[in-house]
Amino acid sequence: MSIVDELAFPAPRPSGCPFDPPPAYRRPAARLTLWDGNPCWLLTDYQDVRTVLSDRRFSADGRNPGFPILTRSQQELRNETPSFLRLDDPEHARLRRMLTTEFLIKRVEAMRPGIQRIVDEALDAMVGHGPPADLVAEFALPVPSLVICELLGVPYGDHAFFQRESFRLLDTTAPAATTRSAFEALTAYLTELAASRRGREDGILARLAARTDLTLPEVAVTGLLLLVAGHETTANMTSLSALALLQHPAQADLLRERPELIPGAVEEFLRYLTIIGSGLPRVALADVELPGGTLVRAGEGVLAVLSTANRDEGLFPGGEELDVTRDARRHLAFGFGVHQCLGQPLARAELQIALSTLLRRLPALRLAVPFDEVPFRNETVIYGLRALPVAW
Amino acid sequence: MHVTVDQDRCCSSGQCVLTAPEVFDQNEQDGLVRLLQDRPALALLPALRTAAALCPGGAITVTAPAAGGESGA
Repeated sequence: MSIVDELAFPAPRPSGCPFDPPPAYRRPAARLTLWDGNPCWLLTDYQDVRTVLSDRRFSADGRNPGFPILTRSQQELRNETPSFLRLDDPEHARLRRMLTTEFLIKRVEAMRPGIQRIVDEALDAMVGHGPPADLVAEFALPVPSLVICELLGVPYGDHAFFQRESFRLLDTTAPAATTRSAFEALTAYLTELAASRRGREDGILARLAARTDLTLPEVAVTGLLLLVAGHETTANMTSLSALALLQHPAQADLLRERPELIPGAVEEFLRYLTIIGSGLPRVALADVELPGGTLVRAGEGVLAVLSTANRDEGLFPGGEELDVTRDARRHLAFGFGVHQCLGQPLARAELQIALSTLLRRLPALRLAVPFDEVPFRNETVIYGLRALPVAW
Repeated sequence: MHVTVDQDRCCSSGQCVLTAPEVFDQNEQDGLVRLLQDRPALALLPALRTAAALCPGGAITVTAPAAGGESGA
């Protein structure tokens, strides 16, 4: 069980199917050495991953000794004000619960007509001047960006700025100075925006800025988390799912014939494509024996790999294959435990609407380049596509 | 059959509402889980077990009757 070696994060996907987890993660629990020389457990098994993410003896607070710092760029921001993603309860719950009513199921359901309008307008524009077109730049990225901007109260007109800086922030290969400048540019932007929204009612940023129990830096990092997570994740899930459908035309046909399968299909895309490339870091606060038998000692870092967990054959028989009729709901693509994705109802609604509309309106959608020329991106924390050239 | 929820553990994921809307709702003031009925019909047991398994906070407990016991309310 105890293999010591080094892994880059995210691990490369050198060959084979680019939808599959990196080969380096396909192993039992292992001990490995991080870039900074510190050791860390690599955990890839479903039950182990689920336990680490839901057992409060594992901390998500990056300031705790032993917490695995996966890249030089993460090290650079270690002493900045953390978002609730990097805090434990009760601080985590205090900050997160300020936002839970924004993502209620009923509230997100009420947003569906607005999301549908954004999806239709993006497709109208793309169809208006194509084919060919880049489905990432013209559909998969603008749709969630517009939605999160509206929700936060961020002007979409600034999207070129915040999309560029978000990409630089998440680029694991960027020099530390680039990470720092991206973080400072985005937090300065959101601080200024939050200050200007005080006294207004429209948007999450204004509602957070109005609170007396939050500092302006706390408002800014919370806004930053929502803005980055709100568009990068859904954009990459949308474009990767569209590509997976193009590679599985029989399943695309099935979804066109039976659109009621779309919600289940979205769960299967989340399971099969799991875009959080490197897995989630935690540190043990006590000695814990995991279901797979690994004993993690207090102070040891762990990396919980979601993509391999979601291919667990015991839970998802035939899980190496995409099957839109599968019951995939137990996937861990949104994480698990108290940090599970806050925006998951919104992500589901956006993916369901975007993919069903794409299938319905562009039944002849096809790749405009050979599959092996589609540019995947592996250097950021979130796996995905740089571009998706399509015709119809 | 008996269902309980622990609001301190609730993460407001909404998985329970999507899985068993007859039994769970979300409080519009704080986003936390609301139990609509604590002794639901036995026919809902599979959905309730799924809801409990999907709950990221482990906030849902379902106590099913032993075989041959009560038939659910």
